[in-house]
Amino acid sequence: MIGSSEKLSDLSYVNHPVPKVDSESLVTGKAVYTNDLAPSDCLIVKLVRSPHAHALIQEIDTARAEAVPGIVCVLTYKDCPDKRFTLAGQTYPEASPYDRLILDRRMRFVGDAAAIVAGVSEEAVKKAVKLVRIKYEVLEPVLDFRKAKDNPILVHPEDNWRSLCNVGADNKRNLCAHGECGEGDIDAVIDSCDYVVDRVYHTKANQQAMMETFRTYTYLDTYGRLNVVSSTQVPFHIRRILGNALDIPKHKIRVIKPRIGGGFGAKQTSVSEIYPAIVTWKTGRPAKIIFTREESLTASSPRHEMEMHVRVGADKEGRIRGIDLHTLSNTGAFGEHGPTTVGLSGHKSIPLYGRTDAFRFTYDVVYTNVMSSGAYRGYGATQGIFAVESAVNELAEKMGMDPTVLREKNLVREGQVMPAYYNERTDSCALDRCLARAKEMIDWDRKYPCYDCGNGKVRGVGVAMAMQGSGISHVDTGSVAIKVNDDGFYSLMVGATDMGTGCDTILAQMAAECLECSMDDIIVHGVDTDISPYDTGSYASSTTYVTGMAVVKTCETLREKICATGAGYLGCSVEDVQFDGVNVTNLKTGESISRKEIGNKVMCFSNEALSASEAFSSPTSPPPFMAGIAEVEIDKETGTVEMVDYAAVVDCGTVVNPALARVQVEGGIAQGIGMALFEDIVYNEKGKNYSNSFMQYKIPSRLDVGKIRVEFESSYEPTGPFGAKSIGEIVINTPAPAISNAVQNAAGVIVRELPITAEKVYWGMKENAKE
Amino acid sequence: MEVRFILNQKQVAVDAAPDAVLMNVLRDLGCKSVKCGCETTNCGLCTVWIDGKSRLSCSVLAAGVEGHEVTTLEGVEQEAEEFGRFLAKEGAEQCGFCSPGFIMNVLAMMREYEEKAEKSGRASDAVPDVEEIKEYLAGNLCRCTGYMGQLRAIQNYMAEKKMTGENVPEKKEVRA
Amino acid sequence: MLTISNYVKAKTLEEAYELNQARSSRVMGGMMWMRLSNAKVKTVIDLSGLGLDQIEETDKVFKIGAMCTLRQLEQCERLREEYGDGIAEAVRHIVGVQFRNQATVGGSIYGRFGFSDVLTAFLALDTFVELYDGGIIRLSEFVNRKPDRDILVSIIIRKGKRKFRYSSVRRTKTDFPVIACAVVTGIVHGEESWYFSVGARPMKAALTERKWKLKPDETEEAIAACAKEIAAEFDYGTNMRGSAEYRQHLAEVLLRRSISSMLTEDK
Repeated sequence: MIGSSEKLSDLSYVNHPVPKVDSESLVTGKAVYTNDLAPSDCLIVKLVRSPHAHALIQEIDTARAEAVPGIVCVLTYKDCPDKRFTLAGQTYPEASPYDRLILDRRMRFVGDAAAIVAGVSEEAVKKAVKLVRIKYEVLEPVLDFRKAKDNPILVHPEDNWRSLCNVGADNKRNLCAHGECGEGDIDAVIDSCDYVVDRVYHTKANQQAMMETFRTYTYLDTYGRLNVVSSTQVPFHIRRILGNALDIPKHKIRVIKPRIGGGFGAKQTSVSEIYPAIVTWKTGRPAKIIFTREESLTASSPRHEMEMHVRVGADKEGRIRGIDLHTLSNTGAFGEHGPTTVGLSGHKSIPLYGRTDAFRFTYDVVYTNVMSSGAYRGYGATQGIFAVESAVNELAEKMGMDPTVLREKNLVREGQVMPAYYNERTDSCALDRCLARAKEMIDWDRKYPCYDCGNGKVRGVGVAMAMQGSGISHVDTGSVAIKVNDDGFYSLMVGATDMGTGCDTILAQMAAECLECSMDDIIVHGVDTDISPYDTGSYASSTTYVTGMAVVKTCETLREKICATGAGYLGCSVEDVQFDGVNVTNLKTGESISRKEIGNKVMCFSNEALSASEAFSSPTSPPPFMAGIAEVEIDKETGTVEMVDYAAVVDCGTVVNPALARVQVEGGIAQGIGMALFEDIVYNEKGKNYSNSFMQYKIPSRLDVGKIRVEFESSYEPTGPFGAKSIGEIVINTPAPAISNAVQNAAGVIVRELPITAEKVYWGMKENAKE
Repeated sequence: MEVRFILNQKQVAVDAAPDAVLMNVLRDLGCKSVKCGCETTNCGLCTVWIDGKSRLSCSVLAAGVEGHEVTTLEGVEQEAEEFGRFLAKEGAEQCGFCSPGFIMNVLAMMREYEEKAEKSGRASDAVPDVEEIKEYLAGNLCRCTGYMGQLRAIQNYMAEKKMTGENVPEKKEVRA
Repeated sequence: MLTISNYVKAKTLEEAYELNQARSSRVMGGMMWMRLSNAKVKTVIDLSGLGLDQIEETDKVFKIGAMCTLRQLEQCERLREEYGDGIAEAVRHIVGVQFRNQATVGGSIYGRFGFSDVLTAFLALDTFVELYDGGIIRLSEFVNRKPDRDILVSIIIRKGKRKFRYSSVRRTKTDFPVIACAVVTGIVHGEESWYFSVGARPMKAALTERKWKLKPDETEEAIAACAKEIAAEFDYGTNMRGSAEYRQHLAEVLLRRSISSMLTEDK
C-alpha cells in the first residue's frame, strides 16, 4: 500500500519542510479571513449580556432599542425555538448534553446572552444594546465547583434538558457527567506499596486566546438557503448545530470556512454562529457578528477547570504499582465537551506508566454559574498529566530518586498493552528515546536538581512526559476527494479544517507523494459543506492521522482509475500499464499517454468521471509521546520564576512536515508555559470575570518563554499515513508539570495549583525557611 | 470631518467621524492587512507606521493623522513578501493573523537600526542582537508559534539581507 | 465606549486651555487609556501641534514636553547620561515599542494611574510639572491634587549630581508592575538626601525622603534595615497581581537592592 512502506529518505514531499500553500497571501496580509470577506451591507449583530451570574428574566422591553434609527431587529428568548441543543462540535449523537437555547429566560453566568440586537451600523447597535431594558429576578449562583454536586441551587432545572448518551449526567444534581473505571484492586495495591503519594492538584480554566476572535457572517443565497461563513474548526458540525438551534432542516444550511486566525479548540464549539444565523433567518438580510476580545474572554469556551486527587504507589525498587485518580471537572454554565474532556484526564495520563498492577479512574463533571467550558488543545489530558506527572515527581522526591530514573523504570514501551487506554497496544512508541534525548539536550545529569547562580538566583530542572491520541477511535471520520482536471492537475478536496496549522499543506504533501507529482499540480479546497467531502473536523489531533489516511486511500483508488483510463486510451489491458505520476505506460510496448493528455481527453466523450473519494476511520487512536524538560531560574528573595530553557523531544511517528511540526511544538510549549506561570481566569465573589482583556489575561510575550528547543525521535506507526501520528495537542501537556518540577527542584516549593506565580513560590520558600 | 493624509505613498481624503479610529478607516480604505486582536493596545496586530514609526492604529484617532504619512503592509508589499518567505520557510506565519502587524514592526526595527548605524558610523549597530530583537517585538503577541520560528526567520533574513554571513549574536559586547 | 463629537487640534496653548474649561472636554495624550473609557466627550483637544514633543535642556533643568512619547524618554541619550539606565528601565517594560511610540509623558503623569511606572520614576527624581494656568508645582503635590481643567505643559527635572535606580517586579515582562520602586540620592542644600517612591502598591506612587548619610561600606544589615523602614512607610493593597503583604516584601527587597547598588557604585 502507498504511504506505508517507503523509506523516509526516498520521499520527495513527506518529511520535507514544504512552505504552507497559503503562506504568500498570509504574509502579505491579503483579505482571506472571515471579517475581510464579509459583505459591507451585513447587519451588525451584538448581544445584550447578563450582568448576573444567575437570574431569571422577568420582563424585557425592547421598544426603545428598536426605535433607534438603523435597528432592524431586537430578539429575545420569546423569538427563539424552545428546543435544546448543544454547541459542542462533536459527532452525533453528542456526548455533551442538549442544555442550550439560542436565548433563554434563565441567565447562567455573567455574560450569558439575554438579547440579540441587529442593525445597519456599529454605532446604532451599540446604542440600542444599552437601551434594552431587562428586569431580572436575581438568584443565588453556584460558583464553587467543589460544592456544585447535589447543591439545592440548580444550574439547569429545566425539564427539556436532555442527555443523548449514557455519560452519567443528571441535571437535577448539577451533574454533567460521572464515570468510573479501573483494573485490579487499587486500594489493596496502594496499601501494600512501600511509597505512596496522596495529593490534590488544581488546574484553572485557560483561554485559547487565538488572535482572531470568534466571528461569523451569514446570508441567504439564490435558493433561500442559509449560508454561513465562519471561523470554525467544525463546519459539518456547525451545519447540524444550526439546524438544531433554528429548528430547520439541515439541507437549508451551508457552512464555509475561510482562513482562520487560530483555534486551539476554541472553535470546536459553535460560540458565535447562532446569533447572525437567527438574524439572517428572521430578516432575510446578511448579518455578521465579530466578538470583541472581551466577549472572547468572558463568554467563550475555555479549558475545563479541574481538581484532581491522585494517589500513586511504588515498591522499594521504584516500580510504580498503582495509580488512583479522581477528577472533578467544572463545565460551567453549559456542558459543551464536559463529559468527554474529563475522560482524557485519566485515559491519557495513567497509561504513561506501563507496569502498574492496578489503576482506578473516577470522575464528576459539574455545572456552575461561570462561563461554559469547551475544548482547548490537550482536551483534559493536559490537566490530568499535570496531576499525574506532578504526583510522580513528588513520589521521586519521597523516594530520594531522580525523577527521570523513576520514569525510565516505568514508562510505557513499544508493544505494551495499556489497560487505562482502552487496552490498546502501543505499536509505535519512542518515549524512552524521547526522555533520554531530552536529558542530553538539557544536560540533566549535570544540572539536576539545581545549581546556584551566585547572584541570589538558583536554577533548577524539571521533567514531565505526555501522550495524547490521534483522532477519536471508532468515531472520527475523514473523507477526501481528488479529481483530475484539464492538463492533468488535481483538485484535492478536504473537509478537514486548516486553522493555521497547515493541514491543507500536509495533506497536499501526502497527495503529491502518493501521486508522484509536484505540489504545484495540486490545488487544495476546503471547506464548504456543500462541496467538500465529509470530515468530522479538525480536533482531537485527528487531521494528519485520520484525514491523512483518507488521502492515501483516495490516491490509491485514483491511481487505479488513472491506470484504467490510460489503458483504455492505449488500447491495452490495465494489467499491462504502469503510472509513474507523469505517464501511463504500456510496459509491453513502451507506448505511453501522459496525465495531461488523459486529463484533457476525459473531458470529451467520457462516461467515467476521473476522480476518487475515500474515507478513513480508525479502530485505534495511536498515541504520540513526548518528554519535556524545563530549566527555570528563581529569584530566592522574590520568588520570581523565569524560563531559561525548554528541551522537548516528540515522537509523532513520521514527521510529515518538519518545519510545521516544529512550530506546532514550540507554539504548544509556549501556551503551556502561559498556563504554568501566568494565565488565570479570575472571578469575583459574584461571578464577574476580571480576566476580560489582554491587559488582565496575560498570555506570554516573546520575553516570557525563554528558549524552546525541539527535536523529534520518530517511531513508525503502522496504521498511520507514512507512519505518522498526531502532533497538534500533545505539545501543550508537558510544560505545567515540568516547570512545577523545576521549581520544586530549584526552590523546594511544590505549587499544586496553577499558575505558579512568584508570590506562591515566595510563600512556599518562606514556609520552608520556618521549618 | 474630512481628513487628508498620505496612505502608502498616495494622497487620500476620507470623511471620518471625530471618534473614528485609524484602524477602521484603513480597513474601509481596503487595507485589510490591518487586524484587531485585542482592543486594549496589548497585541500589536494593528501596527502601522505613522511618519515611519510603528504605532497601534486601534488607538489613533483618524482625525489626528491629518497631514501625516501612514504606511500599512500593503504599502511595503515587496519587502513583506521578501521577509515573508523567510517566515514561511520556518512555518512561522502559522495562522497568519498576527503576521501583518508583526512584519510591520520587524521592518520598522530593521530601519531603526540601520538609521542608528548611519548615525554612529558603526556597521555593527545595524544589526540588533537577539535580546534587542525580542524586546523590540515584545508588543507583538502571537499565540501559534511560541516565537522561536519568528526569531529564526528574522535571523536568517538579516544574515542574508545584511550579508553578515554570520548568525545574529545572543547579546552584543558592551560598547564603549 | 468612548464617543467624541468634536476634534480640535489646538493652535495655541491658550486655545487649548479655553476649550478645556468645558466639563465635557478632554485633552488627549496618546489615547491609550482615554479610548478605553466610557466617556462622552464633546471636544477632544489635540496638543500635538504645539511643539510639546521636545526634550529641552538648559544649564539647570531638563524640560520634557507633555507630548513627548515614552519611547523618546527611553531613547534620550542625555537623560541616560545624567540619570543612568533608570529612565529607560522605567519605561521599557511598558507593553511594546508601538505603545511607547504613542503613549505620552503628559498622559502618563496627568492620569495619575496607580500602575504608572513613569509617575513612580519621576516622583523620586523630585520633579516639577508646568501647568498652563497653575504655574510650576512639585509633582508630589500635583499627584495628590484632584484632576482639574488645567493643562499639563511639561515636566521639569532639575539637573545636579544624583544617582537614580528603577526596579519593578512583573508577572509577565510587559505586564503592569506588581510593585515598582524608584530611588534617588544626591546632595540637596548641602545635605545627602534620599528619595524613595513606590508605585503599583497597587495605589499610585507616593514619595518619602530621608537625610541619610550612608557610607559605601555600609553593612548588609544596615542597608536592609533602611529598606525595611522605608517599605513600611507605605500602605499596600491586594488585587489580582499580588497581596498587600507580598507587595511590601517586594518593595523591601527592591529598595534594598537599589540602595546597595547605589552605594557600591561609590566604592
